[in-house]
Amino acid sequence: MKPRFLTLAAALLGASVLALGAADARPLKWARSGDALTLDPHGQNEGPTTALNQHIYEGLTERDHTGKLGPLLATSWRVLPNDPTTWEFKLQSGIKFHDGAPFTADDVVFSYERAMQPTSDFKGYLSSVEKVSKVDDLTVHIKTKGPNPLLVNNTESIRILSKAWAEKNNAVKAQDFKNKEENFAVRNANGTGPFILVSRETDVKTVMKRNDGYWNKAKVPLEVTELTFVPIKQDATRVAALLSGEVDFVQDVPVQDIARLKSAPKMRVTSGAENRTIFFGMDVASADLKGDDVQGKNPFADKRVRQALNMAINRGAIQRVVMRGESVPTGIIMPPFVNGWTKELDAAPATDVAKAKALLAEAGYPNGFSTTLHCPNDRYVNDEGICQAAVGMFGQIGVKVNLVSQSKSIHFTLIQKNPPETEFYLVGWGVPTYDSDYIFSFMYHSRTGSRGSWNATGYKDAEIDSMIQSLSQEIDIAKRDATISKIWTKLKDETIYLPIHHQALSYAMNSSLDIPVDVANSPKLKMVSFKGS
Amino acid sequence: MTTAVPPAKPPGRLARWWDSDIAFSFRSSPVTVMATLLALLLVLAAVAAPLIAPYDPFDPASLDLSDGFSKPMEPNEITGKVFWLGSDGQGRDIFSAILYGSRISLLVGAASVLFSLVIGVGLGLVAGYVGGRTEALIMRVADIQLSFPAILVALLVFGVARGLIPPALQERATLFVLVAAIGLSNWAQYARTVRGSTLVEKNKVYVDAARLIGLKAWPVMLKHVLPNVAGPVLVIATINLALAVIEEATLSFLGVGMPPTQPSLGTLIRFGQQYLFSGEWWILLFPSLVLVLLALSINLFGDWLRDALNPKLR
Repeated sequence: MKPRFLTLAAALLGASVLALGAADARPLKWARSGDALTLDPHGQNEGPTTALNQHIYEGLTERDHTGKLGPLLATSWRVLPNDPTTWEFKLQSGIKFHDGAPFTADDVVFSYERAMQPTSDFKGYLSSVEKVSKVDDLTVHIKTKGPNPLLVNNTESIRILSKAWAEKNNAVKAQDFKNKEENFAVRNANGTGPFILVSRETDVKTVMKRNDGYWNKAKVPLEVTELTFVPIKQDATRVAALLSGEVDFVQDVPVQDIARLKSAPKMRVTSGAENRTIFFGMDVASADLKGDDVQGKNPFADKRVRQALNMAINRGAIQRVVMRGESVPTGIIMPPFVNGWTKELDAAPATDVAKAKALLAEAGYPNGFSTTLHCPNDRYVNDEGICQAAVGMFGQIGVKVNLVSQSKSIHFTLIQKNPPETEFYLVGWGVPTYDSDYIFSFMYHSRTGSRGSWNATGYKDAEIDSMIQSLSQEIDIAKRDATISKIWTKLKDETIYLPIHHQALSYAMNSSLDIPVDVANSPKLKMVSFKGS
Repeated sequence: MTTAVPPAKPPGRLARWWDSDIAFSFRSSPVTVMATLLALLLVLAAVAAPLIAPYDPFDPASLDLSDGFSKPMEPNEITGKVFWLGSDGQGRDIFSAILYGSRISLLVGAASVLFSLVIGVGLGLVAGYVGGRTEALIMRVADIQLSFPAILVALLVFGVARGLIPPALQERATLFVLVAAIGLSNWAQYARTVRGSTLVEKNKVYVDAARLIGLKAWPVMLKHVLPNVAGPVLVIATINLALAVIEEATLSFLGVGMPPTQPSLGTLIRFGQQYLFSGEWWILLFPSLVLVLLALSINLFGDWLRDALNPKLR
């Protein structure tokens, strides 16, 4: 009896080792401060949302944790030699959606058209696109309005969903998030990605299981059997969950706890820079502000006021105390990873309270004014702390700021509403395309057509707008870079936004994991391999 | 020679009070005396905050980030300033913040108790005195309200108010919204008690007499019935004051109460708990301690008052 049992056990063990390729497969619990806002792959162009969705949905291309672009659903791409306005993408064959339907060019065409709809938050990526068409089952042509040599950089963010599934479930229209619309794709999902959605409770937990039929299995470890995503808003609670073993991997590690986590047994902390800048935006266009005490005038419309506010911010102190060194102060809303970044642009104005006061007085506000600042409290590293510190700094030059800090799901709606419902706000912007055009299109272009959806400042400059539009049609890279530099120089002088810093990131995890910081803060958990216990 | 013994002076008001049963029971309970003194001390400190506090924590312009995270009683590494109870991440003096914070906590507590008292006593009187359908309606509403946890009702009121008030006024309105939210979540207890007592009182002879001389319902309720049902109300109000202070702290802790620039005790605790694991214990400990002492001392006093006013326990 006994020997037979042992043989059986050994056989089973051998079989399981063979089946798993000697790899270690385990469930993984992943926590960060806020939940994804929606599962609709075209509903919200927001970091945590796309970071979760990428485990279910995939784009034609993908970026690794250093930001390098590589193939995913598309195997190769090129600009047609005889037509500089048409990109050709060859698709990977034999891919199936989670529901078993085959992945074809129809799904790509459908998804791109869906992402270009007015309600989509991803239309800004595709503003240069005129038409997407199927050539055969595994070939797609994307025709642009003019030659756009950089289009492929934007394809990573456009995720592909099944056409048949969307049509069957009435999810053909991209979710209109800012108007609180819902469709079937908001709580259900059917992609080609490495994980299949099992259940989702908004703001509580999202459970995904490993896609055992994942088409790209040979190239990624895919050792996570079950991926559970839990938002834990409170910093201390999140850290406690990691320390107690309740979760395995934590993003948005509070800066004050990094030192302790590093010294804790069986914990690992990885750090790195994020491709993201944190800054304040303000309404520079309205004739009068609702939230201020100045009647009939908009103080933010005066460049001198904006410059004064910019000078009032003590970026060094924010870096040292609020961020505990985990940030790089800046004077531009462009992270150093982005094409167009220069040291000169990055330079921040020196903190100068006296000069700021003089500028305010010159603008007609010798006694300052009061206004309201909106701030998220669960999105960026110490976002509420940054706002509080800034309120104090603005106070020193006589600008009294009331602070309203709330959850990101409310905060971002204020910014995206048309007209915006905030006149002074904190936001952070990451640049998944690594090109200045992305920042211009979303943050500086006037809110028209597919551009400017995150520009709540009301800033509108015809010359800037036309220069931005020209970027997506310029083939001559040198000329294009010159335009980018020209736009930045003007915008920096205009001081539409008040940049604070580039955010640094830390991930904390138990020591069986070693997840490097993803420069887009979008960790790819299919790449996880477990070590030891 | 006989010296005329001067007639004994009738005892003064204070002396009479000192000899009364209540004062005796107060004197003979050291716990109550201690609690009352502590509560008085905390209330006084809160009221006199601007005089005592070395800094004004509500003036963001006076804060210097460089003062952040100073340890209690130790000079700051950069600025060399000493904060008695340390400073938080914004360079805010914890001691001053606690004084100003307990001021807000007590103000919201007292105002919301007053608010729920007025609503509760009013509705209870009407229900008890008028009876019939009015009574059924009021008391069913009270039942419904009591079946929800108070904090849930407060959150609901707060959420609705947030939606109704224009964004520009929201910060200034927060204090009033808090008072209304907490007040509206606590009135039912008063209504029940007062209705019960009113039912007993309204059949007594003095009420009949008042009615006979032609008084209308309102004067009868307010001038004759109310003073006779006030005892239990006083007890509930005292105990509810402690509860209201805690409820305000809870709301602020959840991030829906006082804004971070005007922290109440609950807001301070919310800040502090972020640093639970990072070694800056003073940011959490001191505000929590004050909240506990405040609630405890008021509660002990309330407990004693309940026993002292209860004839069955004498």
